[in-house]
Amino acid sequence: MSEISPALITNVQPPKPPSALSNALVFGWRAVLKFRHVPEQLFDLVMTPLMFTLLFTFVFGGALAGSPSDYLQFFLPGILVQTVVFNSVYSGMGLSTDLSKGLFERFRSLPIWSLAPFAGLMVGDVLRHVIAGSIILGIGLILGYRPEAGGAGVLASFLLLIAIGFGTGWIFIVLGLLIRTPMTVMTIGFTFIFPLVFASNIMVQPETMPGWLQAFVVNNPVSHMTTALRGLMAGTATAGEVGLALAAPVLLTILLSPVVLWLYRRN
Amino acid sequence: MNETSPVTEFVPAERPVSLAISVRGLVKHFRDVKAVDGIDLDVPRGMIFAILGPNGAGKTTLIRMLATLIQPDAGSATVMGHDLGSSPQAVRASIALTGQFASLDEDLTGRENLVMLARLWGFRGKAARGRADELLGAFDLADAATKQVKSYSGGMRRRLDIAASLVVTPGVLFLDEPTTGLDPTARQGVWRMIRQLAQAGVTILLTTQYLEEADQLAARIAVIDHGKKIAEGTSRELKAAIGSGFLHVAPADQSRLDEAAAILEARLKNTVQRSAEGAQLSVVAGSAREANEALAALMSAGIELSDFSMGSPSLDEVFFALTGAPAEDQDRKEAAQ
Repeated sequence: MSEISPALITNVQPPKPPSALSNALVFGWRAVLKFRHVPEQLFDLVMTPLMFTLLFTFVFGGALAGSPSDYLQFFLPGILVQTVVFNSVYSGMGLSTDLSKGLFERFRSLPIWSLAPFAGLMVGDVLRHVIAGSIILGIGLILGYRPEAGGAGVLASFLLLIAIGFGTGWIFIVLGLLIRTPMTVMTIGFTFIFPLVFASNIMVQPETMPGWLQAFVVNNPVSHMTTALRGLMAGTATAGEVGLALAAPVLLTILLSPVVLWLYRRN
Repeated sequence: MNETSPVTEFVPAERPVSLAISVRGLVKHFRDVKAVDGIDLDVPRGMIFAILGPNGAGKTTLIRMLATLIQPDAGSATVMGHDLGSSPQAVRASIALTGQFASLDEDLTGRENLVMLARLWGFRGKAARGRADELLGAFDLADAATKQVKSYSGGMRRRLDIAASLVVTPGVLFLDEPTTGLDPTARQGVWRMIRQLAQAGVTILLTTQYLEEADQLAARIAVIDHGKKIAEGTSRELKAAIGSGFLHVAPADQSRLDEAAAILEARLKNTVQRSAEGAQLSVVAGSAREANEALAALMSAGIELSDFSMGSPSLDEVFFALTGAPAEDQDRKEAAQ
């Protein structure tokens, strides 16, 4: 069995300390590798929004908007928002899994930029959002969805989606740091996310809802995100709409990034 | 307890540069549990030093503090000359930690895990891959290099985990229960590795629950319990304090148990412990000769034995000898972390 030659482990001195960016890129690379080794995670990411798209378009679409194709035109930007928000939950689960396995113990005992692992997590998230978003958009295009603003609109929409994912991601990183069981992170995450996603304007406009619910839906950040995304895809978005959509992600980043740092360094 | 234990204490006045680790009055409390309660420790460079204690004694907490993972509530420590409190990043640059649970990415291959760590240390592309392959070869993992870690056996994981700690030669290698959960063959392999690392000049601080492991590997052993150091010395010194071994006897006639215990106590001048079931008596014997004489005394008193054996002391027996109380297994503190 294993015999290690002492020559191997002597005098291996560390090279010049790498930059914080270099550290972060290594963790990003790890996220890409994980995607390659566990492609089934795509299934988790895409199946739910795919089922929603098909169900709402073909079952409810005609009743809600007159015809399935009219409804798809309304619904698809919303389902992209839902996809990204749901995906953030998986990111928190991944972190919780890492923490429960002691991998972060090693990272924390290395002389590296302490936030690099989270930067890597974000890279993984962006990748997930782009891949899942592209698949859903692709299916939408096949079913007849047409973004009026064309390629530029799609590009702007994806940038907004990444910002949304980045912002909501902080919530689940906090949960991931606080809760050591991945399943609990998911349960709490979805308990929190469901009302926000369903009591929004993703599926239907709020006009037919009772007044108290309308008040919630109109002020729901998810509704602002959806409105802005519809606008970007259609080429009618105003700066105000995009600003409102970005408000929640920016606020979450400002509020939660110090919390994440504190939680990470605490123990 | 320290006063009653005839084990030599090694307490230098200051901290010579030749010490790899120097700990003074380190304390860590988790709520009302004193996980580490004022520990002093000096580990010379190049030594294998073992911390022996039951679950929850504070071993892991102590190592986690020294590896900068948690901050002490009180006390101070230097690792390779760097102060834990004021320059944690310098401490990190001179240590490596292999924890109780494999700190590897299960989804990645063995090679990818090592390349990732090499890059984090600052090796670039080709150099990082080269270092990873070197380590895989050295740790007999070349064949499994491109397999995901989740398919590795316990022994392979532990080897990869130790390899991951050696991407850059550390000044101090912390090994938290390096052989817990391994089969005897894998355990031997890890022991051999640890000895070779020490020969190569790496200071090793390991924790263990097994006296045998500490005895086999370490030049010095500190025994800790309830967050306090209760004894420290070489294996030989500890054994002198504890007795070279335990004599276990099981009288055939259970009604003569008390009589047998009295004879053993008189002969060997040590307290006799009864097994939980009550059928077996255990007592420290100073030497094999004394044990032999004690057995002869039982024989001449007409007490038949259904079984007897001489064994090296178990952790429980070490604790009994040092503290007069059996080792308590208290997982709560480690579970809290």
